[in-house]
Amino acid sequence: MNGIKQWLDRSGMGSVLLLAVVLAVVFPLAFDLFRLNLVGKYLSYAFVALGLVMLWGYGGVLSLGQGVFFGLGGYGMAMFLKLEASDPVTTKIQSTPGIPDFMDWNQITALPLWWEPFRHFPWALLAILVLPTLLAFVIGFAMFKRRVGGVYFAIITQAVALILTVLIIGQQGYTGGVNGMTDLKTLLGWDTRTNSAKYILYFLTVVLLLGAIVLCTWIQKSKLGTLLLAMRDKEDRVRFSGYDVAMFRVFAFCLAALLSAIGGALFTLQVGFMSPSLVGIVPSIEMVIFAAVGGRMSLVGAVYGALLVNFGKTYFSESFPDLWLFLMAAMFLGVVLAFPEGLAGLYANRLKPWWAARRGRRSQGPQTAAAWRAS
Amino acid sequence: MSNTDFVLAVEDLTVSFDGFKAIDALTLYVDKNELRVIIGPNGAGKTTLLDLVCGKTRASAGSIKFKNVEMSRLPEYQIVRSGIGRKFQTPSIYENLSVFQNLEVSFPRGRGVFGALAFKRDAGVRDAVESVAVEIGLADQLETEAGLLSHGQKQWLEIGMLLMQDPELLMLDEPIAGMSVRERELTAELLQRICKGRSMIVIEHDMDFVKQIAHKVTVMHQGKILAEGSMEQVQADPRVIDVYLGH
Repeated sequence: MNGIKQWLDRSGMGSVLLLAVVLAVVFPLAFDLFRLNLVGKYLSYAFVALGLVMLWGYGGVLSLGQGVFFGLGGYGMAMFLKLEASDPVTTKIQSTPGIPDFMDWNQITALPLWWEPFRHFPWALLAILVLPTLLAFVIGFAMFKRRVGGVYFAIITQAVALILTVLIIGQQGYTGGVNGMTDLKTLLGWDTRTNSAKYILYFLTVVLLLGAIVLCTWIQKSKLGTLLLAMRDKEDRVRFSGYDVAMFRVFAFCLAALLSAIGGALFTLQVGFMSPSLVGIVPSIEMVIFAAVGGRMSLVGAVYGALLVNFGKTYFSESFPDLWLFLMAAMFLGVVLAFPEGLAGLYANRLKPWWAARRGRRSQGPQTAAAWRAS
Repeated sequence: MSNTDFVLAVEDLTVSFDGFKAIDALTLYVDKNELRVIIGPNGAGKTTLLDLVCGKTRASAGSIKFKNVEMSRLPEYQIVRSGIGRKFQTPSIYENLSVFQNLEVSFPRGRGVFGALAFKRDAGVRDAVESVAVEIGLADQLETEAGLLSHGQKQWLEIGMLLMQDPELLMLDEPIAGMSVRERELTAELLQRICKGRSMIVIEHDMDFVKQIAHKVTVMHQGKILAEGSMEQVQADPRVIDVYLGH
């Protein structure tokens, strides 16, 4: 028993285990399916927050355009589901049966060539994972090799988010425009709107999220994690120790993009639609807030941050429809001003020492405390 | 430009910042196993010269050859990988990492992205870190957070980080600035030990220290070389006395 406890302490996996219990046991028992489905949606944002911990917290590079990658992943999944929902039988009243309804409304008479790969699930899956990562690689390579960083990088990522939104809305016939892609029904013939499907998708999200946390923890503990921190604080020293700093930042940006894309795909599956309102500048900044509230150095904290902010958003908007944006802003400002390291910092710097002191006092003196620990 | 036997051959090097020539048609050769000290008044271009050699600043004209390979167009990390190490003037270490980690990060393996992911702390790494730690006198502080070290120890740690890479040319910018007398002595001994089997360029102002370590001294003034030779020759040179050493 002691050995397991020590391992948990040392590897930092204790908090991951606790999160796993909360997500996989407590939430499904405590919430009805409607709320659980909402949690699943929040957890798909948590993937973006994880990516921001790696990119912003560890890499020191703030991206205000993570919605782009979330959106690309989400749209990739939505395109596949939309094609599956647009079989010639269901769409026989259209002037061109067999193409998505929004194309038909826009007088498009044949499926565009670049939509074709999304007929096949393996290709769609590949596109969901590879295209956002590739885009991140191109942007990252172009920016970081030229030593663009800090505020300038943040502004450029915002511009990319804006461009993608404008593109999606403008190309209505190919993208569904401002309404996005709706009426998504089945995945490979499996109805994703049933109760059992919602449970399965929720647990799939939880498993993938925990897997992503383990992967990111492993990266943080590798030499690459150390180097990311080192180049955040002493960029020149790392560069003159023989490292190509730019490529490490490109890696962090690609990783963050990949995680966001997975989150986007899971969002589409659980929520049943994808729209440009999830891609642009405002959602991208909200995603940064999730990471900031949770603590940008803590993976587990980022997940709690995503949950808390979104619960807050839902609660405030249900209870105070006029005030909720102000309340959200107050929550963000409060957390960032009072605990710059977010919830995780609050736990590590305040709660943990307080708890340790309390426990020490209760067991009267260090001798008994040592005995307690040895038992 | 012809090839030479020198480790470092800088020829006709010029760099100008908005018309101001910080380095002006400078030519400098450094031999194998030589410890060269560069002195000169403030603004003479000493630090700029090191910046140019390690790639931090790009030359406007001229050539920098390291072991007969042109360096002036290479990216910084490739210059380092060719075997040139550079210590900055203010100690530049990773304050939040332990002494061990500081040295480990500088170990020349796993320098690519995926190499760094796969990097394992094996016996070779541990041995290298421990032997360098003994060399720089931090063997019993390996687990200390680097930010808690004294100023002198931070300077030594950064020298140690360079030693991890085993560079053939080591460039140190004012390594004893801010050190106590005792620390200066230890640093002089350290530099004399580590210059065996490699060439070094040291920028320094402290004349007693220079006397202790220098094989050869170069005096720079207004981006040019004013004099070059042994310490005695340079000290006797009237031009050097005029612009730098004083009467």
